Amino acid sequence: MKAKGKVFRYQDNVDTDVIIPARHLNTSDPKELASHCMEDIDKDFIKNVKNGDIIVADKNFGCGSSREHAPIAIKASGISCVIATTFARIFYRNAINIGLPIMECEEAVKGTEQGDELEVDFDTGLIRNLTKGTTFNAQPFPEFMQKIIAADGLINYIKTK
Amino acid sequence: MGMTMTQKILAAHTGLENVVPGQLIEADLDLVLGNDITTPVAVTEFTKTGVNKVFDKSKVAIVPDHFTPNKDIKAAEQCKLVREFACKMEVENYFEIGQMGIEHCLIPEKGLAVPGDLIIGADSHTCTYGALGAFSTGVGSTDMAAGMATGKAWFKVPAALKFVLKGKPQGWVSGKDVILHIIGMIGVDGALYKSMEFMGEGLINLSMDDRFTMANMAIEAGAKNGIFMVDERTIEYVKEHSTRSYKVYEPDSDAVYEKEYVIDLSTIRPTVAFPHLPDNTRTIDEVGDVSIDQVVIGSCTNGRMEDLRVTAKILKGKKVKKGIRCIVFPGTQNIYLQAVKEGLVTDIVEAGAVFSTPTCGPCLGGHMGILAKGERAVSTTNRNFVGRMGHVESEVYLASPAVAAASALTGKITDPDDI
Repeated sequence: MKAKGKVFRYQDNVDTDVIIPARHLNTSDPKELASHCMEDIDKDFIKNVKNGDIIVADKNFGCGSSREHAPIAIKASGISCVIATTFARIFYRNAINIGLPIMECEEAVKGTEQGDELEVDFDTGLIRNLTKGTTFNAQPFPEFMQKIIAADGLINYIKTK
Repeated sequence: MGMTMTQKILAAHTGLENVVPGQLIEADLDLVLGNDITTPVAVTEFTKTGVNKVFDKSKVAIVPDHFTPNKDIKAAEQCKLVREFACKMEVENYFEIGQMGIEHCLIPEKGLAVPGDLIIGADSHTCTYGALGAFSTGVGSTDMAAGMATGKAWFKVPAALKFVLKGKPQGWVSGKDVILHIIGMIGVDGALYKSMEFMGEGLINLSMDDRFTMANMAIEAGAKNGIFMVDERTIEYVKEHSTRSYKVYEPDSDAVYEKEYVIDLSTIRPTVAFPHLPDNTRTIDEVGDVSIDQVVIGSCTNGRMEDLRVTAKILKGKKVKKGIRCIVFPGTQNIYLQAVKEGLVTDIVEAGAVFSTPTCGPCLGGHMGILAKGERAVSTTNRNFVGRMGHVESEVYLASPAVAAASALTGKITDPDDI
């Protein structure tokens, strides 16, 4: 499985309150959530995001609340993958559980700017920056998590057991 | 290799003699918790599993506390969905308005969390029950759904940070100041993926309410969980609130910790986290002149009896400064009632503050105290992210109930010693 798209670049500690502000949590409709995704730190995000695009951020992406609405909003906005130096742990498991691919790779984060074109191979962990002509290797997921992602999320994984 | 408290609880719930950091396990759950924001998503996912009943009706708890009493039509629809699910599944621990409270104040009060338990909750502050020597951690809605269906959840066994507490907090210093101090020291990702294990001779100088506040904010350092060594205070609390049997897990003497911190409680000063991260801390002596518009006292972090007592003690016989809104909200109906009996509500209302029903409302910018553009609040809640309590250009300063109450009287961030 591969993803290819333009990069939206963010800094450290992007929290779930800015990914999807709590004032919009009176719904769980993915499309409606996506329409407010990132609006408190980047009001142009939702105007400019296209299917397949990639979020790249520094440390501790997704810190704060356990709201699964955060990865749901990102996924429904069309984002194909989030690459960060580190993820907050609840966001990490939520993303795995709903089938939003995420990768930890500090080198790729450091070597990527807003608007770069990236290609990501989830099977090998290979990240190519097509704009800069550089490549990076992310740690592939442990087998257990690969199974959950292959089943398109935890619920389907449970059903297959 | 010896195990920490967290590792022992995880091993025991997986049927293993030993677990090591990094190991992926599937563990049995003692309680699965959700609220009115996270449960609707979990219900959708639960339905997809094809399972038509929860794994154990006594081991699921649902507390509509975030946007309740229903703040708008959409919130009402979400609560209705949650209520109907709880009813259909015969969930024994569903707490409706009138019996409810803020989930992390309510669950220990109802005796649903005891030492040695393994608890997941679709709310990040589920880590609160670590105060009781339980392993409890926040998860998302899909994990809640899977937990309700199977009674199990997957975990990566965390490495640990050890916090050895010594000495006794001085003056107005409370658990809130201690945990803000620690988060300021290690950072908002200082405990990422790890457990924070609290122990040491200073523990006895921290009340259960202090410990709940501290465990509650472990997530604000990125931790998987925070856990306290069980002592006589814990046992006394558990016996008072629960009839369930419990198990005390002590760390092995050769347990491995990635880092050890010694915290002298006697040297900690009242501490405030400035916008927009909980680790942006300053002591009260360093805050300078910060004028405010609103004070919020309550939440799963600081909505317990001691918090209300200290608030009333500072406000009693005085007046909230003209132009400042002071909103106090107790954690549960029982706490509310006890505050009435002790006369605290009279002191608080006579001072010109609002005394609300239990709700998470203002903490996450839901309702009951939203900030306008450019406004500032001192709040005893747990997060001060951009836009957390309202407008994206508003500001939240996190502090203890003592600092918050003192600030309500002066209109600026104030050392309670100066009142």
